[in-house]
Amino acid sequence: MKSTQQLERQLKRHSKAARLENWGRFISFSALLLIVAVVVGIIGFVASKGIATFTTNHVSLWDFLTEKTWNPNIKDAHGNPEVGALPMIVGSFLITILSAIVATPFAIGTAVFMNEISPNRGAKILQPVTELLVGIPSVVYGFIGLSVVVPATRAIFGGSGFGILSGTCVLFVMILPTVTSMSADALKSVPRYYREASLALGATQWQTIYKVVLRAATPGLMTAVVFGMARAFGEALAVQMVIGNAALMPSSLVAPSSTLTSVLTTGIGNTVMGSLQNNALWSLALVLLLMSLVFNLIIRLIGRKGRM
Amino acid sequence: MSRKRWVQGFIVIALVALGGYAYQTRQVSHARESITAVGSTALQPLVEAAGEQYTGEHLGTFVNVQGGGTGTGLSQIQEGAVQIGNSDLFAGEQKGIKANQLVDHRVAVVGITPIVNKKVGVTNLSTAQLIKVFTGEVKNWREVGGANLPIVLINRAQGSGTRATFEQFGLQGRRSKTAQEQDSSGMVRSIVATTPGAISYVAFSYVDKTVQDLAINHVEPTEDNVTTNDWKIWSYEHLYTKGQPKGLTAKFIHYVQSAAVQRTLVRQLGYLSPDQMTVDRDVHGQVTKIGGE
Amino acid sequence: MNSKTQNKIAIGALYGIAGFVVLILLALLGYILVSGMPQLSWHFLTAPAKAFLKGGGVGVQLFNSFYLLFLAMLISFPIALGAAIYLYEYAKDNWLTTTIRTAIEILSSLPSVVVGLFGFLFFVVKLRLGFSILSGAFALTFFNLPLLTRSIEDSLRTISETQREGGLALGLSRWETVTKVILPAAVPSILTGVILSAGRVFGEAAALIYTAGQSAPALNFMDWNPFNISSPLNPMRPAETLAVHIWKINSEGIMPDAKAISSGSSAVLVLAILIFNFAARYLGKRLYKRLTSA
Repeated sequence: MKSTQQLERQLKRHSKAARLENWGRFISFSALLLIVAVVVGIIGFVASKGIATFTTNHVSLWDFLTEKTWNPNIKDAHGNPEVGALPMIVGSFLITILSAIVATPFAIGTAVFMNEISPNRGAKILQPVTELLVGIPSVVYGFIGLSVVVPATRAIFGGSGFGILSGTCVLFVMILPTVTSMSADALKSVPRYYREASLALGATQWQTIYKVVLRAATPGLMTAVVFGMARAFGEALAVQMVIGNAALMPSSLVAPSSTLTSVLTTGIGNTVMGSLQNNALWSLALVLLLMSLVFNLIIRLIGRKGRM
Repeated sequence: MSRKRWVQGFIVIALVALGGYAYQTRQVSHARESITAVGSTALQPLVEAAGEQYTGEHLGTFVNVQGGGTGTGLSQIQEGAVQIGNSDLFAGEQKGIKANQLVDHRVAVVGITPIVNKKVGVTNLSTAQLIKVFTGEVKNWREVGGANLPIVLINRAQGSGTRATFEQFGLQGRRSKTAQEQDSSGMVRSIVATTPGAISYVAFSYVDKTVQDLAINHVEPTEDNVTTNDWKIWSYEHLYTKGQPKGLTAKFIHYVQSAAVQRTLVRQLGYLSPDQMTVDRDVHGQVTKIGGE
Repeated sequence: MNSKTQNKIAIGALYGIAGFVVLILLALLGYILVSGMPQLSWHFLTAPAKAFLKGGGVGVQLFNSFYLLFLAMLISFPIALGAAIYLYEYAKDNWLTTTIRTAIEILSSLPSVVVGLFGFLFFVVKLRLGFSILSGAFALTFFNLPLLTRSIEDSLRTISETQREGGLALGLSRWETVTKVILPAAVPSILTGVILSAGRVFGEAAALIYTAGQSAPALNFMDWNPFNISSPLNPMRPAETLAVHIWKINSEGIMPDAKAISSGSSAVLVLAILIFNFAARYLGKRLYKRLTSA
């Protein structure tokens, strides 16, 4: 009688491994919850501040997105503040797309080189160097841009040298390390036997890389590009120094223009919390979030198609 | 396994004991009284240096000085989150601030001068010319007697104290046309230094040999000319408190305004002391002679 | 034949691209190191900064950078690791997981000044932590979590499915499989992620200006009691880091040797990251060997 009870209890009791399993699951789940809370917190914070421009200060959303004059301190003829964010939206959009377009082939090419062609040299030289570059503060990039890139653009294309082109050059170098090392990780995750199978079928190394490895790694490569674009989007200090940071519609790639972040960073310390000027800047941050959401979705769609 | 547990337990106990011991033996006298000053990045070096001297002389006090910008300083002092708000502007000039709640303590006077790139070849402009340059009526330096270079305007950010002062007194209240904006004097200076045809404006203390300062109507940007108001582009630097300051805040502000700091630090940092001024200027820009009615 | 020429051209092009990238990167590093190296001296590395006179050093800032990095990693790594494990090993692949991933990615595009201001309003003002290393570490955690989580998740993805099946087939629970099989195998690639984000943290300025502050009170390096205000270990003191210092002297610095200090600091920063990378890599290799007994 007693022994059956004991046996029953023993059988019903969770094993140590099962308890550990639950515990681990719980811990990792709460970590995820915490991150979700952080994300929701920040996005909610930015949204609540950014929406105030439209709810408290009664700026029309349409005007905000389509007007071309950014002068929050001044009211126009109708008594509406001049907060047209279009120049910055266009500027951010252009500079992000351009730098991603330029950086992606270089980054993926380098990653392929590191992984498929010369893993030895890749690991010894390229990887440490790329990792090193991530840590250089953007101010330093900005200064190098100011003393090297801007004069070069000025000499080649005329104008003042400040503009989207210089910004693209600086951002290209800034996002290169991030995209490269994340692409390399993505390529690493392609199982070896994919390559072996392809080569065994008589494909050349390039065919293997192009038709098998890159295809298999597409989702990871997409993530890498998204992160690169995210960094380009969010970068402020360096871009601000070489793009000219003038809230004007970019008339050409070498005319001074601005991005959402550069205007945001320049102005935020000079405005008073809760005032229209300040809220308008937060609205820029909100636009930034929404644009980056759109980018993200687009990339995901492309990635899904490429996977097949 | 159990031995590992023992070691782990021992380490935890040792850490707790060490922490307790450290807590018991901490220097209680330090930071018994502490205040925080936040705001203008331009004013930060002065307040910071004064704060270091003050805490060095008065043990048990701690003055924490941070930047963040004039807007941040004024909004935080209005919220009461800090004890002192550093500002380049009169609080009344800043949008969204209820100036009547704040008490102004002027601690320095700063002169602002236009600077141009060395290749421009201009050392003097009349006020009318300066206005034309900044409103975009004149687009080439040739038109004001300089080299054949297109004019590149560089402004400080909207809402910056330097820009407000420059537009009010240098451009006689006109607004500069939309152009490049930078949010700090150092960046403005390096851009002007490296860009042919560039013009901007900075406080006197930022002028160095990489850029050329401009006389206006043949008045040189010197400290003497500021004290007599012959050089019109200058402003006060303010420490704001919410209501009358008390305790350490009051003592510290008094210290900054005392001759000991005004004669030494303020001048070493390239500011003028309000004591040196022969004129006084109010929030509306009205100038009165000190002493004479 | 055709495909062979194609192969040759393509491989050649890849060599070209890699060479070009290496060239850019080396030129950049060279520029920073060459302009910064002449400033470096023992005095520069250890002396406190001066507000407006020449001859200041970056000793305090250098220490602050490392301490802040350490604290930020201490807080963010476990969280990111846990979240990544859950996302990849446990969570079902449904719309909720996708939404969370997207949200995390979007967050990483926020300019760091926004994270900084959020940290300022929340940690510094609301939680009354003041301008302190702790506030800075929390802000950096916020800034760091998305990138770190994502890269750890990618590291887990690189471990082939057969390893998981093997672990489960041996009767290990999923958690045990993860901790005993998958994580040890993923150490090198997790490490890459950690180094990358550490680099970003090290070079970050905008998020710290409003949280850890931009003043560096002198420290007493003989005092290791974390409760004393002048102790280097006190997490409640304001702490300007090296990157913030570079930003500050470039924007408002009026010391006569601002330019020299700035380029010197940049070089120090690069060297510090270099040392950090090598140390992390060395330790990682040892760890990997021990854990996988390879």
